[in-house]
Order: sequence, then structure tokens, then C-alpha cells
Amino acid sequence: MTETLFSNLAIFVLSLLVGFEVISKIPSTLHTPMMSGANAIHGVVIAGAVAVAAAADTPAGYILTFIAALFASANVFGGYVVTDRMLRMFTPAAARPSTP
Amino acid sequence: MTLLAFIIGVVFLAAAVFFVVGLHLMRTPRTARRGNLISAGGMITAVGATLVYAITLSHSHSLGWIALTSGVIVGGTFGVVRSRSVKMTDIPQLVSLFNAVGGGAAAAIAFADFLGRDVSAGLTPSTSVPVVLDVIIGSVSLSGSLIAAGKLQGVIPGQPIQFPGARVVNVVVVLVALGAGGAMIAQPTSWPMLLVVLVASLLFGVLMVLPIGGADAPVVVSLLNAFTGLAVAMAGFVIDNQSMIIAGALVGAAGTILTLQMAKAMNRSVLTIMLGGFGTGDSGSVALGA
Repeated sequence: MTETLFSNLAIFVLSLLVGFEVISKIPSTLHTPMMSGANAIHGVVIAGAVAVAAAADTPAGYILTFIAALFASANVFGGYVVTDRMLRMFTPAAARPSTP
Repeated sequence: MTLLAFIIGVVFLAAAVFFVVGLHLMRTPRTARRGNLISAGGMITAVGATLVYAITLSHSHSLGWIALTSGVIVGGTFGVVRSRSVKMTDIPQLVSLFNAVGGGAAAAIAFADFLGRDVSAGLTPSTSVPVVLDVIIGSVSLSGSLIAAGKLQGVIPGQPIQFPGARVVNVVVVLVALGAGGAMIAQPTSWPMLLVVLVASLLFGVLMVLPIGGADAPVVVSLLNAFTGLAVAMAGFVIDNQSMIIAGALVGAAGTILTLQMAKAMNRSVLTIMLGGFGTGDSGSVALGA
């Protein structure tokens, strides 16, 4: 138990440090896409929905699994698609195949 | 540690590399789109590995998988369709909505995990603490982001909404949430107490965002985005999933830096924004019911 907790805590703290370092100064045009991109990354919460689905064995568990899956998948699918849509504007015009 | 668990752990690390490289590439306009796609690759890797692991460990209750699949179909369809159809100018409120449901999902996972455990013998703090933190942070993010989205959309008035005694109500709500959370950690045996934590935190999210001006809402969304990241990391502790801990902590930290930069770009400080109402350039504070 304590071994798992320690390694998880270490991962958590080191990931926080990486997160602080990985984005330094961002041009303000990228603020919203960056926020949206980070928003998509925490869509990994869908992995948690998968885990509770595997363990669910009561009506309350099924309902909570459904809610978690519904919310998390809206977060992850919507997050990546909307971020990509914003970032397509930054692609050089020549590299764009054909924009609708 | 079984061989499978080891392999899954290595795959999680690979996903973490994708996330970090993706975020890094998103700093410059030229590589930003590629960065997002790389991050999406990391997402597929992490979720795929979790799915394999969950299927091998599952006690095969097909209803759970049905609930998962139907939730993913409905939620995923909504997310993709809205993302494609939304007007460019309405994107910030959609991002806020996606952030809200992310926080809600994290809270739901903590609840589901708690209900699924045999709590008659009590829980160790290594589980009860992240459960409580997950429910608190996740619910604040859920209700707060919904209010922020409402302000951006114009459904909720953009000017700061304040009422007499708001500070006192705020303090009381925070104390209830923390008190119930503390009680849960000390004696984690009943779910109604967790429900009290949930409701008080939802209420606090609403009260926190209402006094903030509409022009400051994007900064608040960014802050709540960091909150959701932390909630997801806590959910990762609850169900012992390293990809969630890594990605959640990354977003929690990167989101905080981003929030500071956004506030700076608007010549505002995060503290002033969060205290709300004072000196908002866009509109004066409006006292309701005064």
C-alpha cells in the first residue's frame, strides 16, 4: 500500500514540476487554444470511467459509470476536436488541403 | 507487480511523453496543431492501455460495460458535433462546458469507487483523502465552469453578481465542505457525508464565479481548467491509474501558468479577478437585492 502511494505521489509531484516548466512564454493568440488543449488532456479522466465500469456491480455503480462516461467522453472527444479546429487557423495556407 | 501491470505502466509512461511533447509543441503557432495531434495520440495510448487492463481484471458484469459504452456514444457524439458546429466566437464557452463535465466525471469516479468499496472496516487515508479532494475540486470545477460558460454565452448576466452577506455565505459553504470532508476522512463509512461534500462544493463553485465580471471569465475558465486537472489527478490516486495522475498534474501545473499569463496579458492579477467585482474595467459591480 505505502509503496504504491509513494510512487504515485512521486509521479504526481514530478509531473507538476514538468507542467510548470513545459510551457514557458506563450503568445497571447495561443492562450485560448492552449487552454483548450490542456482541457482535452484532462479528458484522460475517461480512463477512470473505464476503471469504474470494470468494477461496477450495483445499480448506483452503473448509473455513476454512465455519468462518468458521458461527461468524460464529451470532455475528451470535444476537447481534441475543438482544439484542432482552432489550431487549423494557424497552419500556413499552403499546407492546408482545402478548408470548407 | 505482474508482468501485465508492468507493461501497462510502461505504456502509461509513453503516453506521458506524448502529452509533454504535445504541450511543448503547442507553445508556437507553427507547431501547435501537430502538438495537439501528438497529445491525442498519447490519449489513445493511455485509454487503450487502461481498457486492456480493465478488461483482464473485470469480474464481467456486462451492465457496467453497457453503461460505459452508451455514455461514451452519447457524450462523444455531443462533443464532436458541438465542436464542429459551434461558431468560432462561441468556442470559449464550449471549452468551459467541456471543462465542467471533466470535473463532473472526476467527481463521479470518486463516488463510484467509494460506493464500490467495502467501507465497513473503514478506509485508509491513502484512499479517503484523494476521494474527498477529488469530490471537492471536481464539483467546484463543474458548477464554476458552468456559471462561467453561462456568463460567456450571455445566459447569465456578465456583470459581477453580488448580494449582501455573500462573503459570510461563502465562508459558511467552504466550512461545510471542508468540515464534511474532514469527517469523511476521519470516519469514511457513510456516503451521505460525501454527498454533503459534493453539494457544498457545487454551491461554492457557483458562489465563487458569480461575482466575477464577464470580461474576466476566460481567465476563470483557465483557472478552473487547472482545477479539473488536479481533480483528475486525485481520481488517478483513487483508482490507482498513473496516466491520470500524470496528465492531471500536468494540466494542473500548466493550467496555473497559463492562467497567470492570461491575467497578465489583460493587465489584471488573478487575485483581483478572484476577489471579484472590485475595479473591473468593463462594468461596475451590481448589488442584487440591496
